[in-house]
Amino acid sequence: MTLAHGATPPAGPPAGPPAVPPPPVPDAGTPSWRLLATLGGAGALAGLLLVTAWEWTTPTITANRARVEQAAVAEVLREPARVDTLYLENGALTRTPRGDAAKLERAYQGFDHAGVRVGVAIRGAEPGFSDVITVLIGFDPTTSQLLGMKVLGQKETPGLGDKIEKDSGFVGQFSEARAPLRAVKARGGQDPTEVATITGATISSRTVIRIINHAVERWQPLLTRFDREPGQ
Amino acid sequence: MTGDLVWILVSAMLVNNFTLTLFLGLCPFFGVTSQVTTALRLGLANIFVLLLTAISAWFLNRYILPAAPFLRIISFIIVIASTVQVVEMAIKKASPVLFRALGIYLPLITTNCAILGLAIFQTNRGYGFLQGISFAIGAGLGLTLALTLMASIRVRVDRSNVPALARGMAIVLIIASSLSLAFMGFAGLGSSS
Amino acid sequence: MSAVLPEVRVAPPPIAAPPSGDPPTMDDLLRGLWAENPVLVQMLGLCPTLAVTNSVANSLAMGIATLAVLVCSSFLVSSLKRFIPTEVRIASYVLIIATFVTLADMSLEAVVPNVHKALGAFIALIVVNCMILGRAEAFASKHGPARAVLDALGMGIGFSMVLILLGAIRELLGNGTLLGVRMFSMNFEPWVIMVLPPGGFLTLGLVLLAVAYARDRRTSGAAARRAA
Repeated sequence: MTLAHGATPPAGPPAGPPAVPPPPVPDAGTPSWRLLATLGGAGALAGLLLVTAWEWTTPTITANRARVEQAAVAEVLREPARVDTLYLENGALTRTPRGDAAKLERAYQGFDHAGVRVGVAIRGAEPGFSDVITVLIGFDPTTSQLLGMKVLGQKETPGLGDKIEKDSGFVGQFSEARAPLRAVKARGGQDPTEVATITGATISSRTVIRIINHAVERWQPLLTRFDREPGQ
Repeated sequence: MTGDLVWILVSAMLVNNFTLTLFLGLCPFFGVTSQVTTALRLGLANIFVLLLTAISAWFLNRYILPAAPFLRIISFIIVIASTVQVVEMAIKKASPVLFRALGIYLPLITTNCAILGLAIFQTNRGYGFLQGISFAIGAGLGLTLALTLMASIRVRVDRSNVPALARGMAIVLIIASSLSLAFMGFAGLGSSS
Repeated sequence: MSAVLPEVRVAPPPIAAPPSGDPPTMDDLLRGLWAENPVLVQMLGLCPTLAVTNSVANSLAMGIATLAVLVCSSFLVSSLKRFIPTEVRIASYVLIIATFVTLADMSLEAVVPNVHKALGAFIALIVVNCMILGRAEAFASKHGPARAVLDALGMGIGFSMVLILLGAIRELLGNGTLLGVRMFSMNFEPWVIMVLPPGGFLTLGLVLLAVAYARDRRTSGAAARRAA
């Protein structure tokens, strides 16, 4: 089956002229050029409609996605004055990727009004209780101090596992904690590496903690190397 | 990487079973589960088509769709329909015995949401080639499992005294609900902590 | 797929009356609501019926998207039916439906990104909603555009009504809210299972039971046995 078979004779809209042939109503069926023409015409029409709609909606869709991403980054970096984007290309971070930036993983650096870096926002994702949990983490790569955490995507049990996203007590802990984190039933003292899990959602909570540890472990060396490089 | 592949397979088969938790492939689940052997064969035919779909979807995503993302749904559905057609013809030619066993189910597969669902989920999650294969096998096994379980239960239900009002779809849906509940017990399998 | 043998097509009269002659009736519209309801009676489109009905908002969005695709594709199929040869009709219908689904998918993402995120892949899966292809093949391809649109409206509204009903039951019991507004006192412990997959199967099963009971009451018994 060929789509948009524009090459076949009348690939125009609903095949105006070829509409005449129907009268020959033999049992043999319709000639195959007419079948192709119909499919080609339908394909061309479909393509035209879709391209128009795509041209029309893409700017809005891209803007929406960017806005959601920016809001999340601002949240985990505690409203920085300025944010710039780093791309992970060929195992190193860069501000100006050579390839297609849309396909690269990103880290967002947040700066305060004085131009001092407050932290970096990175993504992490791993399987939780029912499906993959995606998390955005704000942290300071030099001290491993966390600034904030936001769950971007999860399909955990409503009322239990989904507290990792909604329970302010749980989420709030990540703005004072320091990686590597340890999961505990209840926080005893002031140890900043301890994070209390949610009762009834231990696996989901532990998954969030593990995602953060893995993400920090992975991005910290990259960021350190990026900081040391001259000219960046 | 291998852990990843195993998790994808287990997740698609049990934790996020296509039929019982994502409601994909309900037409055969309700329509073709009056006999166990039939259900099993349909399941196997599905695994085959799912595999081919995963490979084609990967190919489309990799080489064609980046240039024309708006053709995604159309190209998937066309590829699925053609794949099923080609598979049907190939089986008919190669093994008439197998065709008699599977053939009549193949056209049914085209309108099965599980197949298009696989292609779309695979795309949304950005699976690579091996991940896609693993996903297709897991989804296919999960579908086969659900179909076979349902058929085994329905064979017994047919012989029991179901209240007149519940006969037909109502009782089947309530059974499906219990099966789905049982599958919820698999949650957490993928989490190692 | 029913084997449609060479359907003898009399060359249609210039453009005048719709081929089947009869004018649109109220029955075209009302049939889909109850007597031939796509979900409750024909058991079509079960995948979205169960998958997205964990809240009223999601059900509403899915209902509207499906209704729009159904009406547009029925209209187009009906208007173009004279130009589509029988042999490639299914392929053409699928092409038309897939186009409208893609349009719906893109417009939803542009206009209401949150709804789009909540419905996820199930918007794209409207393509394989058997109800739409079913109406194209069984009704729109045999009747004029006016009747086809009325029929599609009826079926689409009937479908949406069931979706919203299921969404309301599941959201109310599973989350204690309706359209996000809390309905019970704080003491109410939500039946979480209702918004999870098993609750979907169970709710539809119980609704079907209720429908069977209602029909049974009306026709005293005869209908119940037929439903089996």
